[in-house]
Amino acid sequence: MLSSSLYLRRRVKNVIALGLSSVATLIGLVFLAWILWETLRQGIGAINWNLFSKISVYRENGGLANAMVGSLILDLLGIAIATPIGVLAGTWLAEYANRTRLGESIRFLNDILLSAPSIVLGLFVYTIVVLPTTALTHGDTTFSGLAGGIALALIALPVIVRTTDEMLRLVPSTLREAALSLGIPQWKLTMQILMRGARSGIITGVLLALARISGETAPLLFTAFGNNFLTFNPMDKMPSLPQAIYEYTKDPDPAINAIAWAGAFVITMFVLALSLLSRLILSRNKVSHD
Amino acid sequence: MTESAAAGIHPQPAAALAPTKLRVRDLNFYYNGFHALKGINMDIPEKKVTAIIGPSGCGKSTLLRIFNRIYAIYPKLEAKGEIMLDEENILDTRYSMNKLRSKVGMVFQKPVPFPMTIFENVAYGIRHHERLSRADMEIRVEQALRSAALWDEVKDKLKQNALGLSGGQQQRLCIARGIALKPEVLLLDEPTSALDPIATGRIEQLVEELKSEYTIVIVTHNMQQAARCSDLTAFMYLGELIEFDRTEQIFTKPGKKQTEDYITGRFG
Amino acid sequence: MQANEAASAPFSTQEVRARRDARDDRLFGWLLKGCALLVLASLLGAAGATLWGGRDAFAHFGLGFLTSSEWNPSDDVYGALVPVFGTLITSFIALLVAVPISFGIALYLSEVAPPWLRTPVSSAIELLAGIPSIIYGMWGLFVFAPFFADHVKPWLTNYLGNQPDDGKVSWVAAHVPFIGRMFGNDNPFGGSVLTAGIVLAIMIIPFISSVMREVFQTVPTRLKESAYALGSSTWEVVWDIVLPYTRSAVIGGIFLGLGRALGETMAVTFIIGNKMKLSPSLLDPGASIASTIANQFGEAAGLQKSALMALAFLLFVVTFIVLMIARLMLRRLAHKEGR
Repeated sequence: MLSSSLYLRRRVKNVIALGLSSVATLIGLVFLAWILWETLRQGIGAINWNLFSKISVYRENGGLANAMVGSLILDLLGIAIATPIGVLAGTWLAEYANRTRLGESIRFLNDILLSAPSIVLGLFVYTIVVLPTTALTHGDTTFSGLAGGIALALIALPVIVRTTDEMLRLVPSTLREAALSLGIPQWKLTMQILMRGARSGIITGVLLALARISGETAPLLFTAFGNNFLTFNPMDKMPSLPQAIYEYTKDPDPAINAIAWAGAFVITMFVLALSLLSRLILSRNKVSHD
Repeated sequence: MTESAAAGIHPQPAAALAPTKLRVRDLNFYYNGFHALKGINMDIPEKKVTAIIGPSGCGKSTLLRIFNRIYAIYPKLEAKGEIMLDEENILDTRYSMNKLRSKVGMVFQKPVPFPMTIFENVAYGIRHHERLSRADMEIRVEQALRSAALWDEVKDKLKQNALGLSGGQQQRLCIARGIALKPEVLLLDEPTSALDPIATGRIEQLVEELKSEYTIVIVTHNMQQAARCSDLTAFMYLGELIEFDRTEQIFTKPGKKQTEDYITGRFG
Repeated sequence: MQANEAASAPFSTQEVRARRDARDDRLFGWLLKGCALLVLASLLGAAGATLWGGRDAFAHFGLGFLTSSEWNPSDDVYGALVPVFGTLITSFIALLVAVPISFGIALYLSEVAPPWLRTPVSSAIELLAGIPSIIYGMWGLFVFAPFFADHVKPWLTNYLGNQPDDGKVSWVAAHVPFIGRMFGNDNPFGGSVLTAGIVLAIMIIPFISSVMREVFQTVPTRLKESAYALGSSTWEVVWDIVLPYTRSAVIGGIFLGLGRALGETMAVTFIIGNKMKLSPSLLDPGASIASTIANQFGEAAGLQKSALMALAFLLFVVTFIVLMIARLMLRRLAHKEGR
């Protein structure tokens, strides 16, 4: 009698716990759906040709063309700076410093940089890029696209370092031995053989980094600063889509808020498409390797 | 035990067969402080096939990996002693890796083609050591592929990715890649352990053909393979070279009890 | 003579090549190491730059900077307590909400869900992590905060708060300490410390749940099987076997989420209300370090700018420590597995 009630209690507890876990998952999915739905609903409603053809200086009669171009420039700058550095640093971790103390420390610190607060990284770039150039121009604050690109590069860097490191460590060591036993020097082996083997993985990492930085706002506030006009000059103050959304969201005018939703829709689609693409590359890669 | 075993074997069973290509003297190898090879002495003759057999963990692959110093890419490994290749000690740190590895080629257990085309796989190594015209390179690649008995199978798809070849073809490609550098010694580390019997037969036949030009050292866990394709056989056990003699001698009248036990399948 | 040269030529070119290879390898190694050291440099640089920028504020206010809740640009007096408190309390709320939900999701995905459902559901949850934080901010401001103000907040103020609309303080508010003040509020706006914490929770759920799910899968099957063989229920296996085995990594995952929450700027800035005033009520607006910087740095000068830099330094140090603990905890499980 006692044991059967104990059994019942255990079973009830199990059912409740598992039920709650399903509820938790449902909560997560509901929030995802809610956020995506609102972005979709409010965003699509506000999308029109002006959004892509006009610049933000015309306010509610304008669009976000300058911000999109600026974002593109800033993201490409960030990726262009972070990719070579990140790939080489990741290569060092995987090929040269694996299991050394310095290597382990840097791998560890890179993981921390991966989730470091982006606004602080923005202030760091403000200090090392914006302030010194400001001193050069006798007091005109020199926010610039370049500074914004560097700030974004700092955010992309750890993502690229990590994927490169992981992808290279997946390459079997027999490939290294085979190349070295032909008398190939290590740098050639690394750049021409190992990189080829890890290429698609590294590309995935770069795409992920791009997805990550294309939605970043905080590090741009005090580096690229924003601009209501279209500019291609990286030494100019540069607008970006996330920052335009930020400004337009704060605005009391609902017509301006609507443009912010349209921008939010564009950026969300872009980011989701990027992550889908990187997943696709990764899965295709897996198939070809097996 | 070490001394008596070392004293018991003749380092030069093949003195009568051919001049010595690799002369190993008092070779000791340490792995993280573990004494993995103990006082190895052996003379590997030129243009013969020398097989190294023994149970797993006996150090046969380790020994092979010292011959081109591939072990040196990992930390905490240390080889002491002397290995003379053409009167020069390859263990001397001043001995150039580049030179060593162009003289001593190696083929591994699992075929490891580079992630490039079949042609590039062979040409890649050559290009690092020599500057050849396009036409010369094509001739050289063809020669290597012919020597590896692969040419007829791949001549129409040289531009295809090497990863598309079968396991046996990939392994022959690796052999072609190795001999394309015209090495003097070819090291084969259990080259057929990942292959099916038919592919294995082709590789063994190839080894037979290659020995007219190259000194070949083959490590194998397959005793029939050693018996079939080698001139000399070395038996290793627990890091020591137990017996080294002509292959028919080892397999018909082994001099040591341990060798006899191993080849008759009583252990290992 | 000629023959002699020809014979020695290949030898010497080989030596030359070998020397060149060795030199190139060395240079290449340096280049790589230099790039890797940049990772170190950017962390040190971020800490150094903010400390340097905040030196005036630290020198001017001393330790009082940390304990003062006054932030008044017109008098040029700055204390960090409000934003520090706001950062800690929003992150704490975020963990309080996110940890049980993340655990539930991880449990569901690793033990409960039918196999065909696992991949789509886990990809969907991971999608949450891919949504830019500015979108969370917008959604929080335009959608969630009004929803909260209309449907959740009245309930909280009436049944838990000490300032209910009808003036009749509930039993809970009257008898349980702190609760009444925590939910006491007469501000109709939905943006508050509590809503900011909830939005942060949604943001960090995917991070925590994916770490938990990953580490749950590292538990050796034989361990789980032997528990099932003794007649344990799924819940008992998870609670008694899986959780103790993965404890350090689970804590690591939670700290990883905490690190994210502490430093998040955009999602918080819109919702928290940015009011530099200390209030015991979670339904009142407040400020976090990141939101204060985002809001004020653009127009700040002099001591205010320095105070903001000093705040950034504090934020950086705290997140660094939290993330370090997270990584060390995660590493422990990896070592256990012999990875």
